[in-house]
Amino acid sequence: MNKENIAVEMRGITKRFPGIVANDSISFKVKQGEIHALLGENGAGKSTLMNVLFGLYQPEEGDILINGEVVKITNPNMANELGIGMVHQHFMLVEPFTVVQNIILGIEPRSGLIIDQSKAIKKINEISEQYGLDIDPHATIKDISVGMQQRVEILKTLYRGADILIFDEPSAVLTPQEIVELMKIFRNLIKEGKTIILITHKLKEIMEVSDNVTIIRRGKVIDSVSVETTNPDELAAKMVGRKVSFSVEKEPAQVKEKILNVNKVSAENSRGVLALNELSLDIHAGEILGIAGVDGNGQSELIEVLTGLRKVSSGEITLHGSKLQTLNPRQISEQKVGHIPEDRHKRGLILDFSVSENMVLKNYYQPRFNKNGFLKFDEIDQYSIDLIEQFDVRTPSHKTPARALSGGNQQKAIIAREVDSDPDLLIAGQPTRGLDVGAIEFIHKKLIEQRDKGKAVLLISLELDELLNVSDRIAVIYEGEIVGIVDPKETDEKELGLMMSGGKINQRGKEQ
Amino acid sequence: MKTLSRWLLKESIIIPLISVFVGLLIGAIIMLFGGYNPVEAYQALFKKAFGNIYGIGETIRTITPLIFTGLAVAFAFRTGLFNIGAEGQFIMGSLAAAYVGIMLDLPAIIHMPLAVIVGGVVGGLWGGIAGYLKASRGVHEVITTIMLNWIALYLSNYLIREYLIEKGQQKSVTLAESSWLSFAFLTDMFNNARIHFGILIALLCAVVFYVILQKMKQGYELRSVGLNPHAAEYAGINVKGNIVKAMVVSGMFAGLGGAVEVLGVTHNVIILPAFQGYGFDGIAVALLGGNTAFGSIVGAFLFGFLSFGATGMKLGAGVPFEIINIVIALVIYFVASRLIFKRLLNALNVNKQEEQ
Repeated sequence: MNKENIAVEMRGITKRFPGIVANDSISFKVKQGEIHALLGENGAGKSTLMNVLFGLYQPEEGDILINGEVVKITNPNMANELGIGMVHQHFMLVEPFTVVQNIILGIEPRSGLIIDQSKAIKKINEISEQYGLDIDPHATIKDISVGMQQRVEILKTLYRGADILIFDEPSAVLTPQEIVELMKIFRNLIKEGKTIILITHKLKEIMEVSDNVTIIRRGKVIDSVSVETTNPDELAAKMVGRKVSFSVEKEPAQVKEKILNVNKVSAENSRGVLALNELSLDIHAGEILGIAGVDGNGQSELIEVLTGLRKVSSGEITLHGSKLQTLNPRQISEQKVGHIPEDRHKRGLILDFSVSENMVLKNYYQPRFNKNGFLKFDEIDQYSIDLIEQFDVRTPSHKTPARALSGGNQQKAIIAREVDSDPDLLIAGQPTRGLDVGAIEFIHKKLIEQRDKGKAVLLISLELDELLNVSDRIAVIYEGEIVGIVDPKETDEKELGLMMSGGKINQRGKEQ
Repeated sequence: MKTLSRWLLKESIIIPLISVFVGLLIGAIIMLFGGYNPVEAYQALFKKAFGNIYGIGETIRTITPLIFTGLAVAFAFRTGLFNIGAEGQFIMGSLAAAYVGIMLDLPAIIHMPLAVIVGGVVGGLWGGIAGYLKASRGVHEVITTIMLNWIALYLSNYLIREYLIEKGQQKSVTLAESSWLSFAFLTDMFNNARIHFGILIALLCAVVFYVILQKMKQGYELRSVGLNPHAAEYAGINVKGNIVKAMVVSGMFAGLGGAVEVLGVTHNVIILPAFQGYGFDGIAVALLGGNTAFGSIVGAFLFGFLSFGATGMKLGAGVPFEIINIVIALVIYFVASRLIFKRLLNALNVNKQEEQ
């Protein structure tokens, strides 16, 4: 056996948490200079395994070999010394600091008592150029895009001399264009002899950049295969444990009467800048209207004005022909508008409440659950147990805090709550963000079910695949305006991408 | 028996117990360094607090106001607010109850409950000011409650001096006996200890605390706002209104505490040269009790027992108050930093599993 070119080997790694075995005797090898993907559903144990490798967790059993040597990694500093760097899903950056300050944090080059930034800047510029990262070392973190922030994280690991880079769901927070850029960076890194371990559940990325893939399901290795010899269907089946259909099956839409009319609505964002600029659109019963756009073009504000969470500065919104913009969130919800929030942790759930308590977040006050100011907890529990079963929310119990559930199951709980209220209009903000194939399939099915029941669905998403597959019409939003509405059957990612970045040719000229 | 030992081994029980124990242990070491006999001192502590019927009565008297202020701080905390103003609400509650007790002439069956209720209401309003300022103007409640403490202190002193003063004294005239919460038979029963029926009101308040937060629709809304205001807003809950309500209820607990102390123990209000510290001790009590109703009772018990028993340590073992205060502080410190013990316990458990 050729020991030299195995960069990382994990042998029989077992990591237990109270009540579960997160990693059950996991073994796999990563060759030097390859991109090795770790594929698995949310909660399958990928992140735990990588946290073990990075020294954040100690395994109960098993060995780790780096470049053929058995090592014991008890903290991230040791991992750094061994040349392992990790880019976390949630960035570990100090927002008011500059790029340089973040990169040197903890290993500041000093001359006397003063931090010598110039030395660091020189090194950062060198690395940045070598790997095509293209970053301004003096920019402040909070002013740069998420994609750039991720590059800072990559630079941080490279600056510390990492040869093995772990990426935890790196594309989850990126726009389609940024993902393309990231793939380029991956290839540059490999070209320079680095090794990459990529944690993901996005099959497309794996097929595009990886050399080998290890599939993990419920804490166990299912298979390790070369990407050349496999295909997305096979990988998905291995990951989920059953066959998964990618193409969303649906009948043609039976479009009926107009449900919602948005007429020249303007609104400011939280910083007082115009976020919606005389935006107009209609949604009908029996259709799914998708909203495509680069993040930050007014999608969040649109959802907020429609659900009463943000005031309209001008224009009119009517639901079933009656005014909506003067109503508060509860009144709107009582007008049969359901809302799956973009950020399930910020808005969708109270994470420290039990699943049960979360299930009645919108209707706890109704006579069904409330008598003379006292909540009927038996009733609430029964209702939650029913929903949990109906929507297949995997939770140890209805009394478990929502925080303990995986992302997919948290989202299922929200969807259960919103769909069960039988809304005439369902507003879904990035409903599949960060979820795995199985959960995405489930959510798409539910959205189409609503449509087929004659309800209207507004789907706001950053995933073009999703919009193209699920929507009946796609409206493209750019700088707070709808720049065009297209039929998903007659368009493609290219055309959408063009519209999303400014639409018409003359506008693009103006930008430059 | 098995269930009892399991209950005692539960993390939420065993960790505070270990914390108290370690606090006392380190306190003992400090006493040894100071040349005092810790065994004797702790014996004196227990003897003073529980050694006789008088001691028990006085211990309960010490605990009572702490339960109120502990509940006040804990309630605010559970709804996402940091009420530093229990002290001021307590003062306003005492003042209002004293006013009713002095100025009105009513039969006891009306007078006493009325004085208690007015004390609670005024304390609630005092807390509500901070709640209103936060909800309407976004002023942080820590700032406003601290300022309201000082306003309460000097307002109370001014009003006592102008309207309630007993000539030539630094205190108000005595309250009409019809408003008292203390009764001769109870005092006699406890060998002249100043125990009074306020303890029952305190325990009742703990029940109210629990019922509001855990059983009622109102409590569901308050907890939602406290844990995640964004989600509460999304769910159509009136976030601002609930901030005000939470501060009113919190202030009410503290105000009742003040009322009960006046009606049960002092029977007058004095011109305060400085804060008495009930409200600030309430923060420690709430912290000790993990911001729950039952926990606040336990926290108040621990706090009250230590501070009352401390006089015993002084008299019985000659330990100076400074060292006694260090011991009290150590116990609180270790209970507050129970995370340390939790980690330790977890590490021990892991080792045990590995051995198996």
